[in-house]
Order: sequence, then C-alpha cells, then structure tokens
Amino acid sequence: MKLDSMYQEIILDHYRNPHHKGLRDPFDTEVHHVNPTCGDEVTLRVKLDGTGADAKVVDVSYEGQGCSISQASASVMTDLVIGRTVADALKVQEEFLHLMQSKGQAEPDEEVLEDAVAFAGVSKFPARVKCALLGWMAWRDATTQVMEGQK
Amino acid sequence: MTTTLPGLLDTDAIRKDFPVLSRVLHGDKPLVYLDNAATSQKPQQVLDALNAYYELHNANVHRGVHVLAEEATALYEGARDKVASFINAPSRDEVIFTKNSSESLNLVANMLTWADDPFRVGPGSEVVITEMEHHSNIVPWQLMCQRTGASLKWFGLTDDGRLDLSNIDEVITENTKVVSVVHTSNILGTVNPLEAIVRRAHDVGALVVVDASQAAPHVPLDVQALEADFVAFTGHKMLAPTGIGVLWGRLGLLEELPPFLGGGEMIETVTMSASTYAPAPHKFEAGTPPIAQAVGLGAAIDYLNALGMDKIAAHEHALTSYAIDALNGVEGLEIIGPKTAEMRGAAISFQFGDLHPHDVGQVLDEQGIAVRVGHHCARPVCLRYGVPATTRASFYLYSTPGEVDALVAGLEHVRRFFG
Repeated sequence: MKLDSMYQEIILDHYRNPHHKGLRDPFDTEVHHVNPTCGDEVTLRVKLDGTGADAKVVDVSYEGQGCSISQASASVMTDLVIGRTVADALKVQEEFLHLMQSKGQAEPDEEVLEDAVAFAGVSKFPARVKCALLGWMAWRDATTQVMEGQK
Repeated sequence: MTTTLPGLLDTDAIRKDFPVLSRVLHGDKPLVYLDNAATSQKPQQVLDALNAYYELHNANVHRGVHVLAEEATALYEGARDKVASFINAPSRDEVIFTKNSSESLNLVANMLTWADDPFRVGPGSEVVITEMEHHSNIVPWQLMCQRTGASLKWFGLTDDGRLDLSNIDEVITENTKVVSVVHTSNILGTVNPLEAIVRRAHDVGALVVVDASQAAPHVPLDVQALEADFVAFTGHKMLAPTGIGVLWGRLGLLEELPPFLGGGEMIETVTMSASTYAPAPHKFEAGTPPIAQAVGLGAAIDYLNALGMDKIAAHEHALTSYAIDALNGVEGLEIIGPKTAEMRGAAISFQFGDLHPHDVGQVLDEQGIAVRVGHHCARPVCLRYGVPATTRASFYLYSTPGEVDALVAGLEHVRRFFG
C-alpha cells in the first residue's frame, strides 16, 4: 500500500519512542520554528563544543508538537547529528534535504542517512515534506546562530 | 444499507450533476469529499456555463459596441442581478464583484482606511472583531489599525465554542468605528447571534461587516434582514469557480466611501492631474473583472435556487445532527466547537486521541476520504482551545449519511494504524 511507504515502521517507532526529546541544559542557543500550514511547532536547543566547522555537536534537545512525521524526523535527526562535528552534521542535513526535495526520485544513501532513509517515501507527499524538515531546519538555524555568535 | 433522515435532499440525483464525485481514488476507494468548507465541488451546469461563455460570448465587458462585447456585458451584469436577488439586496448597485472573501474584506478595510469624516478611523478609534475569525477577517483589520493608529479589540470565546458576548457593552463602545464578525465559523461551525451585535454596534454608530463565507453557500442569506452594512462572501464555496467573490455594501456608504484600487472601468473622467469616479459598484471594480467566473457564479446561484436554500439548510442540519451523534460515539474523539447541531453550520472540527490531525488526514486520504487538517486559517481558535490543529469534516448539499459512516469507519482504521 502506498501509505506504508510514508509511515515506515522506523518512523512509527521514533514517533512512539522519540530519542533525545525534552529541553536540556546547558545549551548555546534556542530556536522556535513553526510550520504555518499545519501548526507543527518545535523548540530546539543546541550545545556545541569548540568553534567553527570543527566544533562538536554535544547535545540537541527539543520539545514540540506535531504529526508523527515531524516528531519522528526530529528524533532521527538528533541521533544523526549528536556527536558529530558541525561540518559532518551539516553534510548529513544537506543529504536529507536533497532526499526530501527529490519527489520520491532520489536513492537515499543509507551509509549517510541511517534511519532517515525511512523518510524517502515522505518526499512523494508534497504537503508533508515541510513536516519532515521542521526539526532539521530548526537545528541548522540554531547551529548557524551559535557559529555566527562565535565570530 | 442506506441511512435516510428526515429533511435530506435527493442526493442520488444531485450527485449525478457533480462529475468529480464519481472519482475513485487509490485504486478502488470512492471519493468521500468532506472538505466543503475549504471549497465546494462544481456541478456540470456551472462547468457548462463557463464553457458556453468562452465558446460563444467571450469579450471584455463595458467597452466596445460589438455583439460579443454586449453579450459578455449582459452576462456579467446578469450575474450581478442574480447575486442581488440571491441575497435580497435592495439594489443591484450594492453588489461589488471581487476575487474572493479576503479581497472583499480587504476592500472594506481599505475604503475605511482612506475615508474622511464621518468614517475616518484614527488614533482613539476602535475596531472590533472576534477570536473565531478566519485570518482574512483578522489581518486586514490589523493592517488598518497599524496604518491609522486605531486599536483592535475582540470578543473572546466560551468553552463550548460560542462567542462570549457577556461584556458586549465594554467591547463595543462609543469609540468603536467598525465591528467585523463572522456569520458562521469555518473551524468551529458556530453560527453567531448577529442581531445582538448589529444592534449594539448601530447604537454606538459603528459600521458592521459580516463575513458570510460559510453562510451564503448553506443558508438563505438576506442582507436586509441581517441589517449589517457590509457582507462578504466567495463564489467557490457555493458551487461557483474560484476567482469570484462578492462584497455587498449599503448604497449610501458605497457612494460616500473612497475607492481603493484605481484603474480601468472605475472612472468617470480622467485627466493627467486628476480623475473622477464611476458610481458604485463600478467605482470598486478596477480593471477587467473575472467575467467568466461571475457568469459561473450566476449559474451556481441558479442551481442553488432550483434546490432551494431553505431545503439545502435543512439537509445540512439533518446531516450535521447525524454526524455529531456518530462522531460523539467514536472513542477518544472530541469535537472542538458546539457539540449539538443547534445554531451550527456543517463544519465539524475534532481532536482524535493524541493523534496529530496530519496523521489522521493522511490515513483517511488513503481510504479516499478528503478532510481538512491544520489550523484552518483560524490559528487564534486553536490557541484558545489549546490544540495545535484540528481535523475538520464539512458537508454540503451533496453529502450523505453514508459518507458520515465512511468517516467513522475511516477513523477506526486510523486508530488501528497508529495503535
């Protein structure tokens, strides 16, 4: 069934048991992003160690309300960026963005995206792509703000 | 088994007029279209009117002396006559064609933003709306207040989804210049007690604007009985094409108030230094109007009149009662808005357990059921009731009890899917 290609079991697992959820201290910056078409919201904090692209993503914590896609995607995102350098994490974010903009055409790289490959089906549903990107864009925004502040 | 209810229209016959309703989705799922508050489907009669207009009569209106120009003008102005009669307007010149309700409401707000005394709005003036307005009846007034220095006030909502008018004398005061209020909420379904609001507003000399977007398609609309000063609605929710809306206004006001958009057709004379304006309604219809769309609206009104607006209202009331009973029986479902069918339109918003409406709507879609999910352009209502969004089912003259049953079955499937 077509729907199953969106609601993969991995997505439903992350939705039911989200990773790294809840706002934590310490943090460098906090952002609030919304998806105005549907009312999904996320508040997200980032803690980096170091400066510039080599800084390490020490923690990403978040609180939000939204659909299973937005919540699961935020959960998967934290798994993928925590512990990485900013430069590496941004590469993953770009790969995920590319996948979500592919309208179902891209072949996801499981080496890079791990659990996030489960969202490939979501890219076929234009109304839901923003849901999947909400947490990722909040993380990118927060990280960019921290790095700007370091200059 | 087919459920029959007293007051229902002959939907078997009606549905044959709507080609899209016979669509089958996702392989074998008949379309169950329950997103009528967003837009209605179009009967063949309206599609034929659009085609006939373009195939036989297309020309620009109010200019040229050739046959087609005269036919197009007669059709366009004939649509205005139909609208005037449909809403019981005292004069056809009170019917302004716009592109939708949003434009109609922005037009009123801008007439008043630029008005001189006695309509001038400025510092110390107050504009009153309600917490259940569609964004199209919030943002134009916020802009107006920012531009004029006036203050925006609003009526709050009760827990059961009604307007809280307990403080009406404090909200609408001698300083109030405009009260703009929705007739029927697009998200809660609430039908508002406009009489009390109109009376209080007129007592203090304020103008009353009514957003009738969710009323004109569904119930008899009589602008004289309403006693408001302006009434806005849109064609596409009442079987007509997109791109055509209406602003009705009292002729005396339309004569006094300044134009907003300038351009062709809205003028009397033009020199390089100044212009004078055509009388209403043309003063407010700059540029080539949506001609075919107006003709389509005229055909839609013919269709609605043939069924009878009172019968359409009775059909939707019976169906809404049936749907409310059915939805109240779904475990974990909570209706956001009035929980009975009294003083209520045919849009029902709800929360379903802790599932997000996006997920509910997506799994319903997979079963061919089209509902709206989100904040329905009425985010303050979601904030008021502490929900991020709702799922909304909304009915129209072709909706059936069988479709309500399909929705209920669909929701049970949603529960199992995420269970």
